Amino acid sequence: MRLSANEIAIERGGRRVLSGVSFEARAGQALLVVGPNGSGKSSLLRAVAGFLPLAAGRFALEGGAEEGIGEQAHYLGHSDALKSALTAGENLAFWADALGGDATRAAWIAALDRLGLAHVADFPVRALSAGQKRRVALARLLVAPRPIWLLDEPTTALDAAAQRQFAVVMRAHLAGGGLILAATHAPLELDDAARLTLGDAGAKGAAA
Amino acid sequence: MSKAAWALFVREWRIANRIGGGASVGAVFFLILVTIMPFAVGPDLALLARIGPAILWVAALLATLLGLDRLFQGDHEDGSLDVLVNASLPLELTVLVKCAAHWAASTAPLAILSPLFGLMLGMDAGALALVAVSLVAGTPALTMLGAIGAALTVSLRRGGLLMAVLVLPLAIPVLIFGVSAASAASGGGAPLAASLTMLCALSLAAIALAPFAAAAALRHVRD
Repeated sequence: MRLSANEIAIERGGRRVLSGVSFEARAGQALLVVGPNGSGKSSLLRAVAGFLPLAAGRFALEGGAEEGIGEQAHYLGHSDALKSALTAGENLAFWADALGGDATRAAWIAALDRLGLAHVADFPVRALSAGQKRRVALARLLVAPRPIWLLDEPTTALDAAAQRQFAVVMRAHLAGGGLILAATHAPLELDDAARLTLGDAGAKGAAA
Repeated sequence: MSKAAWALFVREWRIANRIGGGASVGAVFFLILVTIMPFAVGPDLALLARIGPAILWVAALLATLLGLDRLFQGDHEDGSLDVLVNASLPLELTVLVKCAAHWAASTAPLAILSPLFGLMLGMDAGALALVAVSLVAGTPALTMLGAIGAALTVSLRRGGLLMAVLVLPLAIPVLIFGVSAASAASGGGAPLAASLTMLCALSLAAIALAPFAAAAALRHVRD
């Protein structure tokens, strides 16, 4: 599987936030999108997920299933996509069903356990801390298998231990032939990850 | 796919019925609207009985719209909509299932309670039954029209009022045939069968078409 972008340009509110961005990521590879605030990291991820129209250029996915990139990708944005009135388990069971995963209790308990959070499974999400909510949101990536992970600041609010646990989860995903595109300011503890640096005027460098 | 649809229905149902979910607030709002009418119109029971179907229908219309502005907004704010757009269920079906759950949790209770509230307006048994039947037949159209408005205003912080402005004019045909079906027993103009079939036709057309309009709006308005 190979995800590539060719001379992408994105406009938001009449302003060009990105132009001339190209990258390529292969299965088993993580691509860290870095750059200062406002350099278009989030816009790039939202465009890959299919939420933003492209002003120029195109994305291409080779070797995936028939569906679009968005349907094969997990998108984790700034918000956690959790319903505060439901328990962590109810949220995950719903996303497992909605995303075509395994909605059994054993499956989502296992997903929470990999992020060290199995003990909060039956608490309403509104009672969890910001970091715990983020980890429940990260567990969503595990309850339904999708090859491409689009992560926007995935480790926001995570403590050091949780960041290490998530790094293990990400490495396992890469080892299983997954592909990660992460916009981040933190190093994410992925040593061999490629980097795509976005500047104020768009891409200055392109990762191979 | 049916598993995903059922999971979404159960999720929406649970959220609506938990604290702050708003399923019961619509019914209370409906009750209050019906209760204040006699204060405005006066204690003339014959008059209240005659305009009772219209009061109940207008109250049901407003109570239905009250809860609908949050139909997609909650999911938009907490990021769920981003995930739902790329879920295994097509967005059109997601809209339809969310509307079905909203109708079952918030609007169907209005239809069930309407005969009870109609008693306060001095309506007779035949008229009460017809109000309930016409609400069951007509409110799906209101929910689906409201879904289009809710989708268009999803990214606006105070979208509720704008949504009502957008949707209320579109709801006029439903209101006309709904009231005319409901007042057939109390000597209304049009024959019952004609009004009721028109009402059902409006609902079916809205169920068939509105999901496409709402899904298209969600795809384009939100970014």
